[in-house]
Amino acid sequence: MGGYILKRLGLAIAVALAVSMIAFLLLRLSGDPAIAIAGEGARSEDIELIRKTYGFDRPLPVQYVEWLGRTLRGDFGESIYFKTAAAPLIFAKLETTMVLGLLSLAFALAISIPLGVMAAVYRNSWIDRLCLALAVLGQALPNFFFALLLIMLFSISLRWLPVSGSGTWQHFVMPTIALGYYAAPAFMRLIRAGMIEVLEADYIRTARAKGLPAGKVIFKHALRNAVVPVVALAAVQLGFLLGGSVVIETIFALDGLGYLAYQSITFKDFPVMQSIVLLLSVIYVVLTLASDIANAWLDPRIRVA
Amino acid sequence: MIAAPGLWRRVWKNKAVVVGGALLLLIVFIALAAPWIAPYDPYGQDLANRNVPPFWYEQGSWLHPLGTDPLGRDYMSRLFYGARISLLIGISVAIISGLIGTTMGMLAGYFGGKTDMLVSFMVTTRLSMPVILVALATVALVGGSLWVVIMVLGLLKWDRFAVVMRSATQQVRSLDYVAAAQAAGASTARVLLGEVLPNVMPHLIVVATLEAASAILLEAALSFLGLGVQPPLPSWGLMISEAKSYMFFSFWLIALPGAALAILIFAINLAGDGLRDLLAPEGRA
Repeated sequence: MGGYILKRLGLAIAVALAVSMIAFLLLRLSGDPAIAIAGEGARSEDIELIRKTYGFDRPLPVQYVEWLGRTLRGDFGESIYFKTAAAPLIFAKLETTMVLGLLSLAFALAISIPLGVMAAVYRNSWIDRLCLALAVLGQALPNFFFALLLIMLFSISLRWLPVSGSGTWQHFVMPTIALGYYAAPAFMRLIRAGMIEVLEADYIRTARAKGLPAGKVIFKHALRNAVVPVVALAAVQLGFLLGGSVVIETIFALDGLGYLAYQSITFKDFPVMQSIVLLLSVIYVVLTLASDIANAWLDPRIRVA
Repeated sequence: MIAAPGLWRRVWKNKAVVVGGALLLLIVFIALAAPWIAPYDPYGQDLANRNVPPFWYEQGSWLHPLGTDPLGRDYMSRLFYGARISLLIGISVAIISGLIGTTMGMLAGYFGGKTDMLVSFMVTTRLSMPVILVALATVALVGGSLWVVIMVLGLLKWDRFAVVMRSATQQVRSLDYVAAAQAAGASTARVLLGEVLPNVMPHLIVVATLEAASAILLEAALSFLGLGVQPPLPSWGLMISEAKSYMFFSFWLIALPGAALAILIFAINLAGDGLRDLLAPEGRA
């Protein structure tokens, strides 16, 4: 187990480094950062001065190593738009996005576990087909459009929830639904497939033959085993949800990392943009690492692979 | 392999493929025939007739069956032309990312060892970067246009092609006819293109349909955020964005392009899921 963790950790660090290089190059190769910082209509002497001050005139590898060193020490540079240090700006928003991500994950699991179990227990019945139809339809609806539909229903027609903003728990309801429903179909399919497999296993037959009530067999014996692969998917999906928060937070003006990312992109605030791309990628790397380790712990067969 | 006897009967019995395929054909027809079936010029503004509702509303009229947008452009014409953009995005992105991902996946699956490790590493790295965020940032840097969106998504979305093609190639690699071709002295390129590729084609088709659907959704989201296809092009995502501030009074302005997107994605996913059952049933999740 120790060897496996070490190997997996090494891979995670290598991936994080590769991601940092891409995040660095993405912004450097796509335009002159000095011109971007100077703004429109800047004189060429000014641009030259900025190039010197920020060190943009040195070779790229040198700039990369220096940038990486600063980033690792928690210095993400200066926000061009907000005129403050980027790191505190970004970390202040991280909590909102984490809360949104976890709530969405919980919402997705809350609808997909019962539906997945029902679809498996009543396999090939109309219930199963209805669940499948819901999954296919759910994936077909663009999430930004779904978000607008939620606003029409809950804010305009029913007047239950605020259209946008942040601060109270009400502000999280619609973003959670809009983000979470998108992750639900993947869980539902996985739980359905897992339950079908488990329900055919011998120990379930034994449990049934002993005369245990059906509900107890399904939830205590079967679901516990069918849910194991869900743990791995949950970590990966949380990463996707954090990425998807860009669209959803922007629509609801929810003041998290995703909204900040959108603002930094529209204001061409490169240091903030770059840091958020890097931060979200590293979070994803950590999540997949955690999920792999959890899986190896739950299923010893993986450790040898 | 494709023309196996009874294939058409099996296709016909697979309701998902029939329904999804029929819907998709209808949308393709609309896209191709847009210049002839669209009632108006999709860019022609008529400022005297702005936000005219569709015919089923009281104030609606058959002059503009699906109404007009905030600039007085005929909505049905714009929706018809919008199908062209979505399909162009879906097909182009699937081709670009498919070429990249299939090449990587087949090389990894065929050679194994170091090549495989390198490709797996590239896939892992790519997967850890959120597509929408990287795409938004790139479009913001390079400037938004239809072709930029296609290139950015094409260069980002090869991961699933690589993963699926890798495992499909691994399964095919050790089969007799591949060994026979190698023994007959065929070059690596020839073995890969002549023997391996045709046999992993079913997987490729399934991934391509699902990736096309996902690319269309991503373009819509990018355009919705103003960092994708630019006005006045009638991208469905952009149309929703342009009508957003009118949605409280003219709900149909966002509902129609939203429904168009949902129907297209539904059709592609349905056909793709059905194709998976038909062509590559062992790959079902």
